[in-house]
Amino acid sequence: MKEEQPIATVTPNTLVGEVKSLSDQGWRLVQIGVTPHGELYEVNYTFDREQKFLNLRLQVPAAGASLPSISGLYWCAFLYENEIHDLFNVAFDGLVLDFKGTLYKTAQPFPFAAQARGGISTNVVHT
Amino acid sequence: MATRTVIPFGPQHPVLPEPIHLDLVVEDEKVVEAIPSIGFIHRGLEKLVEKKDFTEFVFVAERICGICSFIHGQSYCQGIEAIMGLEVPPRAHYLRTIWGELSRIHSHLLWLGLMADAMGFESLFMHSWRVRERVLNIIEATTGGRVIFGSCKVGGVRRDIDEPAMQKLLAELTEVERETREIVHVFINDDTVKHRLCGVGVLPHDEAYKLGCVGPTLRASGWAQDTRKLGYAAFNELTFQPITRTAGDCYARCAVRCDEIFQSVDLIRQAAAKIPAGDIAVKVVGNPNGEYFVRVEQPRGEVIYYLKGNGTKNLQRFRVRTPTFANIPALVKTLQGCNLADVPILILTIDPCISCTER
Repeated sequence: MKEEQPIATVTPNTLVGEVKSLSDQGWRLVQIGVTPHGELYEVNYTFDREQKFLNLRLQVPAAGASLPSISGLYWCAFLYENEIHDLFNVAFDGLVLDFKGTLYKTAQPFPFAAQARGGISTNVVHT
Repeated sequence: MATRTVIPFGPQHPVLPEPIHLDLVVEDEKVVEAIPSIGFIHRGLEKLVEKKDFTEFVFVAERICGICSFIHGQSYCQGIEAIMGLEVPPRAHYLRTIWGELSRIHSHLLWLGLMADAMGFESLFMHSWRVRERVLNIIEATTGGRVIFGSCKVGGVRRDIDEPAMQKLLAELTEVERETREIVHVFINDDTVKHRLCGVGVLPHDEAYKLGCVGPTLRASGWAQDTRKLGYAAFNELTFQPITRTAGDCYARCAVRCDEIFQSVDLIRQAAAKIPAGDIAVKVVGNPNGEYFVRVEQPRGEVIYYLKGNGTKNLQRFRVRTPTFANIPALVKTLQGCNLADVPILILTIDPCISCTER
């Protein structure tokens, strides 16, 4: 069984408007996740409504990454956004509950960030 | 305005088997605000995917959690199989379903024991865990493991359950069901239990959805949402309806889990009756190249796996959103306005698994 998983591309400027539209239509926020892509971060915002799946995707430069928070629309997003900040060093503007880097107690700050990977795009490949 | 005091709750607390911290802002005996803090044991397993062969990483995925270990392994395998277009044999789907539901039964019995213990009902705690032990014995007899099953692999499963073993499993399950009914009768009908749970930590219908709740926490507020209805593994060939309650309080969350134990017993019986003969795995050739979001129903609710491969032996990204992570915002909301004495019970009713959350 392979589920249909449509992905819509958005930009940091259109993100909040798109999320507001989904919120008004009754979509549930399922998760927010980051995937490093070279010098970019790919951010996935996943939603569900009546078991239907929808994904909003955007890309931001990894260095000095900053995004608008959607925690004003989905309060529960504060947890995902604080997690992303603490692991990837992405700043969120307008967080309703900002832990200021104290949600995760990691030995190394921003352990999943591009800088922590010894630069950019260091996917280890064993041959 | 009454004086506000901040009471630290955790990370080490008798009711918490794993570390999570809450700053409870209280006015007299009422909690007015709760600020969660996690990450005390964050293991960074998601990053380890960059160094492990994708076929071996299932062993790491299983070790995300010691309670729903099998379902973590299953979720990972389903994601890889979806990316690679692998057709898993039907028998393997049924075996995964049986082991997944056994995991749900022992997880819920574990939770019932913890809940009884938190209420000071020690004999009920011991009976719950005694029955759970029988389930673990079934798991050990069919997989060789009690905590980490090690029976799921990319392309199918490693072990089969032959007919005599299946009959023995079903006979033992009948005893588990009979003994669980006696325990559940106490949880549902005992005045002391009701006094501690009814009307406590109410999560209204709409709020449960908006806060992104999953699993029994969401279903106890009236939402018939169960990821198994997507039809993964053998669930598209089994008959069941999501268990729901409408009150949204601690008692409703307890009642949903109680009923789900019997639902899982029924699903295992259905699967055992319908399981087809045949292979239990297919050969895996090549490396995953593509991405997929996997959604699977764990005992605590929907888990999301995001897997991305780039055609090499190592995945580019492995991301897990666990059900406990999704239920923490609701916990924070329901703690607001509750009595300080109810905090331990309320935290337990989301069935927090910090091991999962700190993957």
